[in-house]
Amino acid sequence: MSESKTVTLNMGPHHPATHGVLRVVLELDGEKIVNATPVIGYLHRGIEKICESRTYQQILPLTDRLDYSAASANNLGYCLAVEKLMGLEVPKRAQYLRVIMAELARIMGHHLWLGTHALDIGAMTVIFYAFRDREMIMAMNEEISGYRLTPSFIRIGGVAQDATEDFIGKVRKFVKWFPPALEGYHQLLTENKIWTTRTMNIGTISAGEAVNHGLTGPSLRGSGVAYDVRKAFPYSSYGDFDFKVPVGEKGDVYDRYLVRMEEFKQSINIIDQAIENLPSGPILTDNPWVASPMQSEVQTDISALIRRFMINYKGTPVPGGELYSAVEGAKGELGFYLVGDGGEHPYRLKIRSSCFYLASALPRLLVGHMVADAIAIIGSLDVVLGEIDR
Amino acid sequence: MNDLFFIPIIKMFVIFGVCLFFITYTTWLERKALGHFQLRYGPMRVGYHGLLQPIADGIKNFFKEEVVPDNADRAVFLLAPIISISLAVMLLAVIPFGAPITILGKKVDLYLANPSIGILFILGFATIGSYGTILGGWSSGNKYGYMGGLRASAMIISYELSMAFAVLSIIMVTGSFSLVDMVGAQQHVWNILREPVAFLVFLISGIAELNRTPFDMPEAESELCCGYNIEYSSMKFSLFFLAEYTHLFVFAALVTTLFLGGWHGPILPGVVWFFLKTFTIIFLCIWIRATIPRLRYDKVMKLEWKFLLPVALANVIATGVVMALFG
Amino acid sequence: MDIKKAVDALSRQCPDCVQNLADHNGTCEITVAAQSFHKVMETLHELGFDMLTDVVGIDRMPRAVRFDVIYLLLSTRDFSRLAVRVEAAEGEDVPSVSGIWHSANWGEREVFDLLGISFSGHPDLRRILMWENFEGHPLRKDFPLEGQDFDKPFDTETIKDYF
Repeated sequence: MSESKTVTLNMGPHHPATHGVLRVVLELDGEKIVNATPVIGYLHRGIEKICESRTYQQILPLTDRLDYSAASANNLGYCLAVEKLMGLEVPKRAQYLRVIMAELARIMGHHLWLGTHALDIGAMTVIFYAFRDREMIMAMNEEISGYRLTPSFIRIGGVAQDATEDFIGKVRKFVKWFPPALEGYHQLLTENKIWTTRTMNIGTISAGEAVNHGLTGPSLRGSGVAYDVRKAFPYSSYGDFDFKVPVGEKGDVYDRYLVRMEEFKQSINIIDQAIENLPSGPILTDNPWVASPMQSEVQTDISALIRRFMINYKGTPVPGGELYSAVEGAKGELGFYLVGDGGEHPYRLKIRSSCFYLASALPRLLVGHMVADAIAIIGSLDVVLGEIDR
Repeated sequence: MNDLFFIPIIKMFVIFGVCLFFITYTTWLERKALGHFQLRYGPMRVGYHGLLQPIADGIKNFFKEEVVPDNADRAVFLLAPIISISLAVMLLAVIPFGAPITILGKKVDLYLANPSIGILFILGFATIGSYGTILGGWSSGNKYGYMGGLRASAMIISYELSMAFAVLSIIMVTGSFSLVDMVGAQQHVWNILREPVAFLVFLISGIAELNRTPFDMPEAESELCCGYNIEYSSMKFSLFFLAEYTHLFVFAALVTTLFLGGWHGPILPGVVWFFLKTFTIIFLCIWIRATIPRLRYDKVMKLEWKFLLPVALANVIATGVVMALFG
Repeated sequence: MDIKKAVDALSRQCPDCVQNLADHNGTCEITVAAQSFHKVMETLHELGFDMLTDVVGIDRMPRAVRFDVIYLLLSTRDFSRLAVRVEAAEGEDVPSVSGIWHSANWGEREVFDLLGISFSGHPDLRRILMWENFEGHPLRKDFPLEGQDFDKPFDTETIKDYF
């Protein structure tokens, strides 16, 4: 018998199921994966380098482009880091609006995950149902900020503008609409025999290993570790809300699926509490270095005009110091290690990307499975290349 | 002279034309139906509700650039779609579309040929047709295509078996290999009532033979990014595409013929009944495609060898026992 | 786990290794010398810091010991964070901890790629975000923002791939 040889298969960077430009070099024995090497960097835009020459306000839209499927959560993480360094207190109403936006973003991110994950496994209809509901959130984003995908609504010191009645009405409608729609997703997939055979006992990772590989977010919770930044290090009034952290047991693709499906429900629950208990009050801190005057003020008051000009053109000086601040993004712990030097630009901004470490666990998860499982596993980790490559 | 020469030629053109029309519109039906399953409209722009879309697609593909990859096996690469389409179209020859009709005082049978081994003809040619898939995937010099081709060959070998066994029980019931006789035998009771198990086995393995979801292993879009036809462009792709839908049409027609009583039905003329039943089956296939995820390759094999084949075999034996006892 | 207790336990096990103890806006940070770094990290892993959240590299350019590398640790038992800082001069190696936490593998690769700090004992120290034959380390302060070759045409042929 001749020596058995392996085939090297380049999956990506332009493969329909690698969710962007992830490239995985698979070494195959038949259909079995013997070795897998993820290759990243195809979407590297050097955001961390660009940040070093931008003012703190200018960096905000860049953070939208990290995990672009759930942009508001990135804004929140960045703003929290800067506010912590400046010692700013954010008004309660702004905090609640931030929570609403971040949770809507999480639902949006999970919609994209659900649709593409199901599409990868072959259930092609789910994505359209998910996108129908995602579209409603897009409309809310547009209503409140003017942008659909990358709202940049959460600003340093507060939020960009107050919630309109229309926005609140839309959110209330969505909170009522979504649970039955979620049932619909469940009916399509959860008990489907083919779906369970494709996902159960695939890509299993134990709790210890998942922690060691640096997995966070739903992928870690699927393995049974109840680590959620919202609970562990409550920020932005998350302590006010009553919600559960769903965990899985085995840590396979199916458990990660169930955890995310449950997170849909918890997010809706949080949004419901936040919108019903929305406190009144200002939406922006009163620190004059941060609070950019409103348009109406600018047009009538010269000092407001100058102040706005200074904030937007020169930037806000942030005291020196270092800190690490993390939020729970849709994919996991999204952290910002911020080093300020007292100027208007950060000295160094390191973005702790959850997807980066999710992708680093791919070789561990893929080896021993088949090509078709590779797709299911990549889908279940829910990596977004904008965040991996930064 | 007329009967031997002209009538078959006219029939050939009519059957080929009508079927090709229906097959092109199967693509329209699939896109429309999938669209409505998925909360969208499907093609809407070309013609009323996109009715001219298949024609527009055909014209577009005709004028696209032909690309043959450098490391492809050129001869085989060009041959593969031809094998696929020609053998697929040949299957149309033996399908009985309706009861004999009388035109200008002449009795005309609504089929091109009625060989005494009609069903074997179909099984045989359908299998040879899959060489197009296998060769196309293998010759394109692409690893995805190669894997698609490999999967296709494994699928065909396996599912052909259970399909043949399902057909075998029908042959036992009707006592003939001729498709026309099979339809004739179902005038009062359709075979689906006599052989429900065979019907299910035939339906499942047929969908697998057609490489449709949930068994679309050779062309799994998300894993192999279209598999065997990944390197094909222009008309060559169109031919593969057309062959696929011809197979779908023939499969639906075969289900109709074998299990659903062929052209038999009250009030409406036979041909109408035939196409109604055929398109019901086609619609069922589309419905399945819209709803069900894709099985994994090894599970597909397991389903065949560990479930469908034993069931089909047991069904043949049971049919034989029942026929021996009561027939 | 009380961070104070952990640091106490650490200084008991490896005395004189903690050079500095600081509080950075709520996150406790210890500074460790490069020689005792690997030992400290092993001890911390045993003490319950089972997740390496991230590896951060900072270029403090005019400073003699040019780089800071900060390892962010987390204990998933009681969710306490600890940052471990190690300083490295240019050309100096930092001992790799990828044998302890798998996540250090990519984290250190990224620091190596973008800042040019090399890690001794790393199993697979390659560039990760930039391509193989890229010159320079983008996140160093002396690396121009627009890149060193911004005035030259981009030539895909010169980019080398690992495979």
